[in-house]
Amino acid sequence: MRDLGSLVIPLLLSAVAVYGLGKRVDVYAALTHGAEEGLTVLLRVIPALVGLLTAVSMFRASGAMEWLSGLLAPVLELLGIPEETAPLLLVRPVSGNGALAVASDLMRAHGPDSYVGRVAAVMLGSTETTFYTIAVYFGSAGITKTRHTVPAALAADLTGFAAAALAVRLFFGGP
Amino acid sequence: MEITWVWTGMVTLSLLFGVVFGRLDAVASAALEGARSAVELGISMAGVLCLWSGVMEMMNACGISAGLARCFRPLLRRLLPNASRDEETLAAVSANVSANLLGLGNAATPLGIRAARRMARGCGGTASDELCLLVVLNTASIQLIPATIASVRSAAGCGTPFDILPAVWLASVLSVTAGLLAARLLSRKGGGR
Repeated sequence: MRDLGSLVIPLLLSAVAVYGLGKRVDVYAALTHGAEEGLTVLLRVIPALVGLLTAVSMFRASGAMEWLSGLLAPVLELLGIPEETAPLLLVRPVSGNGALAVASDLMRAHGPDSYVGRVAAVMLGSTETTFYTIAVYFGSAGITKTRHTVPAALAADLTGFAAAALAVRLFFGGP
Repeated sequence: MEITWVWTGMVTLSLLFGVVFGRLDAVASAALEGARSAVELGISMAGVLCLWSGVMEMMNACGISAGLARCFRPLLRRLLPNASRDEETLAAVSANVSANLLGLGNAATPLGIRAARRMARGCGGTASDELCLLVVLNTASIQLIPATIASVRSAAGCGTPFDILPAVWLASVLSVTAGLLAARLLSRKGGGR
């Protein structure tokens, strides 16, 4: 199952290139054009990361992160979620870059291949910036009564968090 | 705006904890260390992120995302029967779903908004069941290849950053299913419209 991840990338690269060539598309030009766009995305992300990683780093060093994790630990234990990821759960629905900063801090502190590091990565991959998305969609559609959207979206997030921990235990073993 | 509150709260709490527990030195050096590591992270992410944006652009140029969008039409017709009567809304929603699957966030949002605007017509500011469903679908992650996360993992020194893919897929499927089920159940409870 782990090899599947290693197969996906090379296979995808070559399959897309061959398919594109077959359709007479200049795939290499598309690749470099896309990479250029990646750089502009990065240029927008780095300033946000400077602000957020500074805060996250201070938060951890002051002991506030431990305190917050301890506070949420009883609830998280019930859901099988490692308590170290508590700050990630709180930031994830609000800020995508904030979640990226917290997750990268967790990976640095625990190692990217540790249980906590993997759970943080999977959480990041299986959830979205819920409140931001809701605000953007309903804001531009002129909707003020959002009815059951927020609870349903948060149910999806909570399930995603618990499922991330479960999936990592399933594929890579427990802590 | 929310993030301003979060940021201010984190920095202020750090200061308070630092004073109370006598860790001010550590907090001060962590602030500088955090800023430095942000730029380091950005630079070590750059390669994977750019490669991936390139691959996505390749897929777009080959018409793969358009093909994917066609595949989703039958499914979306069942999920959003009212909205799908309008051909243009259906086209926008299916393009939105396929862009989300491919991780083209910049392309997905305008498409989703176009669909949401059409679905919100003449409803007087109240979201319909189907509009709620569309937004819930967009607040859940259905990205097939989470490239940003892989680039963060490789920046942290991971040799096989994509080995979490099966776990991400499983967690995403469970999360989306929970969101859609919750939306269905809650709309029924609230007397659907």
